[in-house]
Amino acid sequence: MGPNDSGPAGSPSAGAPARPPLPGGRFAARGSLTGTLAKIALLGLFTALGVWAVLPLYVAGNWWGIALAVAVVALVYWVYLSGRSVPAKYLVPGVLLLMAFQIFPVLYTMSTSLTNMSDGHRGTKEQAIASIEAYSVVSADSAEEYTLTVATTGDPETGELVFLLTDADGRAYAGDSEGLEGLTGASVDDAGKVTDAFGYTVLSPNEVNARSDELQEFAVPTGDGAGIRSSGLNSAFEGSALRVYDAGCDCIEDSETGTVYTADDERGAFYSEDGERLAQGWQVGVGFDNFLRFLVNPTFASAFFGTLVWNIAFAASVTFLVFVVGLAVALTLHTPRLRGKTAYRILVVLPYAMSSLAMYLLWRDMFNADFGLFNRMLGTDVDWLGDAWAARGAVVLANVWLGYPYMFLVATGALQAIPRELSQAARLDGAGPWQAFRHVTLPLLMVAMAPILIATFAFNFNNFNAVWLLTRGGPFPAEGTMSGGATDLLITYTYRLAFSEATAQYGYAAAMSVMIFLIVSVMSVVSLSRSKALQEVDR
Amino acid sequence: MRMRSAPALAGLAALSLMATACGGGDGDEGDGSQEGTLVIWSDPDRSGAIQEAAEEFAEANGVEVDVQNVSFDDIQGDVVNAHQAGNAPDLFLGAHDWTGNLMRNGAVQPIELPSDRAEALDTTAVEAMELDGQLLGVPYAQENTFLMRNTDLAPDAPETFEELVETGTELKDDGEVDEVLSMAIDQEGDPFRMNALMRSAGGDLFGHDGEGEWDAEDLRVGSDETIEAMETIAEYGEDGEGVLRRSIDTENDAALFFDGEAPFFIAGPWNLADANASDVDFEISAIPGFEDGEPASPYLGYQAFFVTEGGANSALAEEFVVNHVTDTEFVLDLYEADPRTPVQTEALDTVSEDDPNIAAVAEAGEDGVAMPNFPEMGETWEPLGVAQAQIIGGEDAREALENAHEQIAERIGQ
Repeated sequence: MGPNDSGPAGSPSAGAPARPPLPGGRFAARGSLTGTLAKIALLGLFTALGVWAVLPLYVAGNWWGIALAVAVVALVYWVYLSGRSVPAKYLVPGVLLLMAFQIFPVLYTMSTSLTNMSDGHRGTKEQAIASIEAYSVVSADSAEEYTLTVATTGDPETGELVFLLTDADGRAYAGDSEGLEGLTGASVDDAGKVTDAFGYTVLSPNEVNARSDELQEFAVPTGDGAGIRSSGLNSAFEGSALRVYDAGCDCIEDSETGTVYTADDERGAFYSEDGERLAQGWQVGVGFDNFLRFLVNPTFASAFFGTLVWNIAFAASVTFLVFVVGLAVALTLHTPRLRGKTAYRILVVLPYAMSSLAMYLLWRDMFNADFGLFNRMLGTDVDWLGDAWAARGAVVLANVWLGYPYMFLVATGALQAIPRELSQAARLDGAGPWQAFRHVTLPLLMVAMAPILIATFAFNFNNFNAVWLLTRGGPFPAEGTMSGGATDLLITYTYRLAFSEATAQYGYAAAMSVMIFLIVSVMSVVSLSRSKALQEVDR
Repeated sequence: MRMRSAPALAGLAALSLMATACGGGDGDEGDGSQEGTLVIWSDPDRSGAIQEAAEEFAEANGVEVDVQNVSFDDIQGDVVNAHQAGNAPDLFLGAHDWTGNLMRNGAVQPIELPSDRAEALDTTAVEAMELDGQLLGVPYAQENTFLMRNTDLAPDAPETFEELVETGTELKDDGEVDEVLSMAIDQEGDPFRMNALMRSAGGDLFGHDGEGEWDAEDLRVGSDETIEAMETIAEYGEDGEGVLRRSIDTENDAALFFDGEAPFFIAGPWNLADANASDVDFEISAIPGFEDGEPASPYLGYQAFFVTEGGANSALAEEFVVNHVTDTEFVLDLYEADPRTPVQTEALDTVSEDDPNIAAVAEAGEDGVAMPNFPEMGETWEPLGVAQAQIIGGEDAREALENAHEQIAERIGQ
């Protein structure tokens, strides 16, 4: 493809000689050999990625996933090969990223919030039935135990499975899916295991393992629903499934107790008449129950609003303080006459360079009432983590220390972009240093800083680590953790409610996350529109 | 045809990310089970030992064993998620109190131990792994808390908790130590360590049915007995003698003891390695109970191997837990690298002869009770812990425990 080869109609290169160079610099190899090769290589690689994505989906039988992957690959081919969709070439990557990382998770969270997904309700009804039946296989106390050799009557890979068994008295049997019968002329080793028998092929451990799935299902019937099943490669036992599913009544009957558990597709579990349920349930849609569950709960309602107020106060005060401290330090180090500026700047940025996780744990230690650095150094007796207001102060303090270097970095950059002449001119016009700062430097600074402040606020609003690693949301009121701890953010409160140690309640947590998402969205929209107004005033 | 490669690059990145998203759960932790390779998840502390101890099994059966590292606290959740996604390991290491949750998610396979194999194990340990008549994992080691004392400061093991406090207080008054006892309470409470004292003072978490088994239907957190028990314990709390304090937590409890600042330490087997490495002369004994109280029974926890349901190598995995994990040699190999009290009787005898500390730990656990393994248990930790911390901090025991009781009852649907 030569440089004079004009593209299809509508192609940007056609008859546009005066066009300024396109973004993309040297990558925009327009029709050169290198460019074509690069294109072929990249699209080839891309196709390979597509295939790589499709293979596991194919194995899992996920046709929708395959359709999506194929559609995305086709879209990219069309966009980058047709030449008819120039804007799309720039939009597609961003849109795909937005879909993958923003829109898809939000939609997924929203759809999960309408289900009862939680421990005991993760899979499908078929999976639940299979586990209920599997967990009900018991061996009678007096049941015979056998030494097992797995064999087949034919090919090791496909032949019918046969269990060559010896009982405690050394009698040998052969059992297949038809039943059990005596076995004569078998060689048995010292451990009582059959090593060879005429007409049967003994399988090696690997060959047995390759047929694990079949073995899970296989039982040598011994009458009355009982069967001999394998337990590992060398032992077998007689047992029977006490609970069996009956599709006719959509229920499970326990043959030992006679209890019938009927499927309840609204709650996703089998319930007996007494309301007793079987532990293994399945995932079902529950509509807005998850939302109602906390919206109509009075403890939750009061806790929610108390937590929300503190959450806003926390995010606002941390944002304000890191801004003030960061800016103050930046201004101090911006003084032209100061020596060793670089050294100071490095020192100031240090907290930002350290792992915040480790720092939070260190701060937690420093706040320890008896052994912590603060009380020991200051000679005070403050119960930092046990007193509500002290804990709130501690959380804010630690976060300001961790957050101000970032603000300092941004402010230093922004300050250097503001010509010093401006404040000098203000001084000549008779403004004091404060006035010059307030009316000249600060407004110019705010243009760069306002979006960062909003980002800082949004980040701290959901700053899970900040609270979880320092106080875990505590100290708690006498009413317990349900009513929210003194330093709980919405996100830590949600986490504790939804993932309290035993039961992960994904549906419930998703509903809470949707609520938080709505709150943060509203606040972001409001503050972003206000910051626009701020910028326009400044201009 | 034209193409601008920069956006193409971006598109490529986007698609590869999409691909990852669609592929679903190809984590860093390995791809789960593949036929012919037995994949075991273990915490990093023990993975080397398990890999070595499993070599013999691998050779005998002509398979590969691949032990992958997962942080112990993450194993349960990751296994349940991976099982749902179809890429779980064949086997994993876990604690016995996970059993209930694993079972209700259908994530593990029931195991049938031949009677000679079962008899070689401690009965309590095997029972702890059973739920609804099913054995769900094969235990290999036991954990329980015990009292470690600095023999230079306190030569004799205290018979009662009162005696412990008396000895410790004398040492503190003489200025020899800063603390009477190093027992982690933490701001959020530590019901695991508190259990011995709570039981001794008459409190309990759940009731017991006619056969002495834990009864999940009978929550005892808000009972008068438990409230009285915590009131007794509160006498040693921050508003009382100041022996039990929230400022002592699992971050600093060991340091207090090993630095000689506390003569007594409520410790666990996980502290043994540090204890052996420290300069402190120590001895191990049972946690003493209150003078007129019940025996101070610590919780017994068991470490076990579980077989994941539906793995590609379930036959080999079963064989591994049935005939290998119960084998003396295997347990001893594992013990070499990671000393924990074996539940395999023969292995325990061998180990106890060589290491008096292990024998002492096992003895200190004699009055212990296995932690309940039903799913309801998990819901008690946090509310009970917070209530206990509040009581130690001087709050009213009745109010705190009744609130905790209500909260737990709501969560477990009682």
